[in-house]
Amino acid sequence: MTLEYVRTADAPLLPAPASAAGFWARMRERFAPTPISGVGTVIIGALLVWAVWTILQWAVFSAVWSAENREPCNVAGAGACWPFVKAKALQWVYGFYPIEERWRANVVFLLGGLSMLGLLVPRIPYKGWNALFFFVIYPIISYVLLTGGRFGLEAVGTEQWGGLLVTLIVAVTGIVASVPLGILLALGRRSEMPVVRTLCTAFIEIVRGVPLITVLFMASVMFPLFMPPGINPDKLLKALIGVALFSAAYMAETVRGGLQAIPKGQYEASMAVGLSYWRTMLLVVMPQALKIVIPGIVNSFISLFKDTSLVSIIGIFDLFNMVQSGFNDATWASAQTGNTGYFALAIIYWVFCFAMSRYSQFIERRLNTGYKR
Amino acid sequence: MSNSAITMQSVNKWYGQFHVLRDINLDVKKGERIVICGPSGSGKSTMIRCINRLEEHQKGDIIVDGIPLTANVKNIDDVRREVGMVFQHFNLFPHLTVLENLTLAPMWVRKQPKAQAEENAMKFLTRVKIPEQALKYPGQLSGGQQQRVAIARALCMNPKVMLFDEPTSALDPEMIKEVLDVMVDLAQGGMTMLCVTHEMAFARQVANRVIFMDQGQIVEQNEPEAFFNNPQSPRTKKFLEQILH
Repeated sequence: MTLEYVRTADAPLLPAPASAAGFWARMRERFAPTPISGVGTVIIGALLVWAVWTILQWAVFSAVWSAENREPCNVAGAGACWPFVKAKALQWVYGFYPIEERWRANVVFLLGGLSMLGLLVPRIPYKGWNALFFFVIYPIISYVLLTGGRFGLEAVGTEQWGGLLVTLIVAVTGIVASVPLGILLALGRRSEMPVVRTLCTAFIEIVRGVPLITVLFMASVMFPLFMPPGINPDKLLKALIGVALFSAAYMAETVRGGLQAIPKGQYEASMAVGLSYWRTMLLVVMPQALKIVIPGIVNSFISLFKDTSLVSIIGIFDLFNMVQSGFNDATWASAQTGNTGYFALAIIYWVFCFAMSRYSQFIERRLNTGYKR
Repeated sequence: MSNSAITMQSVNKWYGQFHVLRDINLDVKKGERIVICGPSGSGKSTMIRCINRLEEHQKGDIIVDGIPLTANVKNIDDVRREVGMVFQHFNLFPHLTVLENLTLAPMWVRKQPKAQAEENAMKFLTRVKIPEQALKYPGQLSGGQQQRVAIARALCMNPKVMLFDEPTSALDPEMIKEVLDVMVDLAQGGMTMLCVTHEMAFARQVANRVIFMDQGQIVEQNEPEAFFNNPQSPRTKKFLEQILH
């Protein structure tokens, strides 16, 4: 028996045995690590197959694919009524925007889509100019183009706007406005100046404590009562402001969460090298805080995007309202029209929200600098 | 021009009712290297953090490079430009590369053009012996490398005084030397330095003066040899016995 031991040769580095790394081992670990979870896999798998089959049955196999009117959709056993979607698609996109003026909405879509692409894809250069265009010039162009009444363009009142156009206008305005407002409110709430702090806190707590529907009703019904007669801002404009302020309150709390996660040492280091309060915030604190709360921010964006459907309550024909109003069209009213419309609606909303979600994950990975502490 | 880099006269500070700094009087000559030691909670960090106004003192005067530290924001900014600081936990900016960490303040505070700031930054990175890490992020470096970057970041502002707040306390033992080497190099270059540290070998090697603090007061100060070999105050003796075993 001796305690003395000296290693003279390194132990060999071996590949992992097949039972730990092979295909079947991995399958087993994923789907049936224990008998009970194996049973669970089978039950959930069966439910999944049943659900997918039911949806496919309705949406594809027994669906009606071509029709001039509701007749083929209105028979017993018929599935989704896709011709209804086809017949209404353009209205879903443009609302009641005059048909011969729809090119104006198309230009707005195209410019918005292109400049957003330019902003969101990291490889595309000229981010600064692009941002200037998207945040300053583009809103002006869009406003002039869509409302008309200038440069020989026929005036189109906002009551004629509708569909996806309005949904995107409300959502993009809300998203773009809520971030800077939310950041300012969050900084204000953490400010050492009592008046600023109280005002910001009061705003956040009041707006957050009220349902969006109430905010929209107040904006459209009660607000004019307090204004002098004859002054009644546009209904869509009021909805835009209501949605932006509402989401700013939520954004403020999300951003504040990120600010609280930044260690005091970051502020101290920044001040110690001589950076002022605003530069510390802009260059050191915010980039880190916002990165931490990307999931929360995108959560707000997604919920805002879907909440735009609430503007239908005050009589704005956004995508949701537009789709719904088509159900009463005598040409298309059938047992499956409503189901089909809501199904299509769900897919459209889902595509936008899922895209936002995936993009945020991409950005999170890209911004990961491997810092841990 | 006076010969003092920092003057503290009857400085007092309270946290609520707790008297953290009690009648601190200290005069730091230009080029002087001072090591401050003392038990935890003795006010060492608070004292050097008052020098660049990370902490506010309530009574007494602090004058840094001829500028009195008052509530005047301009004076505070001026002082911070002249005083570099190195923290226990490095406090590098994790979202920026090493090079960007170094050029941020020179570009925004000193308004240096990017090329000049980067050239200067590379000079100091070479001086702390990690020029090859310039494009990495702090999270990819070891603790010792991060602390050397932090020192280089402070140097990039060409400070007249460097404050070190326990720069090696958060490091693994094998990384302490690489940081101390850089600090010794800096000391030999004539930098005015105030170091809160328990690295007594470092104190013996570079300090002109060692200060012992306890309960918010300066209890004893002396040249390193006399301080370590012949401490006068019983509190100093007890402290040295504990840390030197």
